[in-house]
Amino acid sequence: MTSDQWDLVLGSLGPITGGAIRGTIPLALASFAGGMVIAVAVALMRLSGRRLVAALARGYVSLIRGTPLLVQLFVVFYGLPSLGLVIDPWPSAIIAFSLNVGGYAAEVVRAAILSVPKGQWEAAYVIGMARPTALRRIILPQAARVSVPPLSNTFISLVKDTSLASLILVTELFREAQKVAAFSQEFMLLYLEAALVYWVICLALSTGQGVLEKRLDRYVAH
Amino acid sequence: MSPTDPGAGRAADGPALLAVTGLRKSFGTHEVLRAVDLTVHTGEVVAIIGASGSGKTTVLRCLNGLEVADAGRVEVHGSLAVDFATSPDRRQLNALRDRSAMVFQHYNLFPHKTVLENVTEGPIVVQRRPVREAREDALALLARVGLADRADAYPFQLSGGQQQRVGIVRALALRPDLLLFDEPTSALDPELVGDVLTLMRDLAAEGWTMVVVTHELQFAREVAHRVVFLDEGAVLEEGPARQVLTDPAQERTRQFIRRLLHPL
Ligand SMILES: Nc1ncnc2c1ncn2[C@@H]1O[C@H](COP(=O)(O)OP(=O)(O)OP(=O)(O)O)[C@@H](O)[C@H]1O
Ligand SMILES: [Mg+2]
Repeated sequence: MTSDQWDLVLGSLGPITGGAIRGTIPLALASFAGGMVIAVAVALMRLSGRRLVAALARGYVSLIRGTPLLVQLFVVFYGLPSLGLVIDPWPSAIIAFSLNVGGYAAEVVRAAILSVPKGQWEAAYVIGMARPTALRRIILPQAARVSVPPLSNTFISLVKDTSLASLILVTELFREAQKVAAFSQEFMLLYLEAALVYWVICLALSTGQGVLEKRLDRYVAH
Repeated sequence: MSPTDPGAGRAADGPALLAVTGLRKSFGTHEVLRAVDLTVHTGEVVAIIGASGSGKTTVLRCLNGLEVADAGRVEVHGSLAVDFATSPDRRQLNALRDRSAMVFQHYNLFPHKTVLENVTEGPIVVQRRPVREAREDALALLARVGLADRADAYPFQLSGGQQQRVGIVRALALRPDLLLFDEPTSALDPELVGDVLTLMRDLAAEGWTMVVVTHELQFAREVAHRVVFLDEGAVLEEGPARQVLTDPAQERTRQFIRRLLHPL
């Protein structure tokens, strides 16, 4: 590698990590938060026992999982304006990613809720709790423990998927790398650098996952 | 009155706390309860015995609304009356549930909460009692079952017998009118059964009203005032504990008791 290339790599590290900090990470966090709200709602709809409500939830999950994320993103950003609904890049990205995460995480949340023994619901009812209280205080905390590993995978996938937002003009990690690459024509170098930064973020997340799992495991026999 | 005989007549003279008539319940086409009648007086201990599948658990579950009966009436203290024939609303079922507390065969403690939190959850979150008062109450109850020093432990750190005593304390902390026990010792190792039965005997002596589903015939004979023998979803025989257990009127009751005493 020439010293010019070294300078390019070092010089671009600033904008690229800036894109991660100001773009990729907040985008992933906001979308994951939105996605989890959708996921819990959809999971509860599927478990509600009302056929129509459950069917609606199933249809949603099927639609999200059966279509490409890129297409979902484009429908929101490029498609909706033809219906007169123009949404800026950032909110468009957050909406599309939230809907997507919601569809995938709903199944995780549903399975996690079902994994809590029926006796826990009954014990909650017997001490006088109504269903929403039982869910919030007794069932979901136990479901959370089982769902940390699969939801961590969802989150890590989401972090990488946010690179698609570069295609609807959101300034994030990958778009910063693209800009420098186009300008310097050092495509290999810049894209490898971007890959490396994504990798570092994901490694940090995996470590965080381990810590969280340990914390939630404190009340379980080993 | 001898210490081994709680005296059939004593508690039964009190007012009826619970009056159940014509309780029916089917699961699909399977008729599990066929017109069960049951009266429990204040301060009385009633043991329900019967073969596996005879409907003992289902009776208890209908008494606290975990299961909604198809027909029948449950009256509590003459005031609250739930008629299952006219599908009762949730408010009525909740009122029924709030009068009793249940102790489960498999304890069903909340694994993500400490022993103390398990006990105070109902009083604080549901009954909205002051936190400090609920804690002090819970600690006093835990102390009396010998578990004060385990208040901050998680359920998995306790033995089965300790967990079941916490289960009982969790029920007591709700200050219910009626305690329901569903085979509270049958998941326990034999050497741990005694602690739990001793505690239940003490509760009976204190005057708690209890309905106990059990296979512990000795416990039933010594602690229960009355024994109800359930057979295929109906009460086949009931009466003073000593009489039903030692000199039953029905041949089926006799057979059941003999098989429990001499399994081989
Ligand atoms: N939710 C349910 N759905 C279908 N059948 C049920 C259900 N609950 C109980 N039953 C059936 O009802 C019958 C009575 O059950 P129940 O649990 O009341 O019996 P039990 O007397 O408590 O028996 P055991 O001594 O084994 O605990 C059984 O045949 C059981 O299979
Ligand atoms: Mg049973």
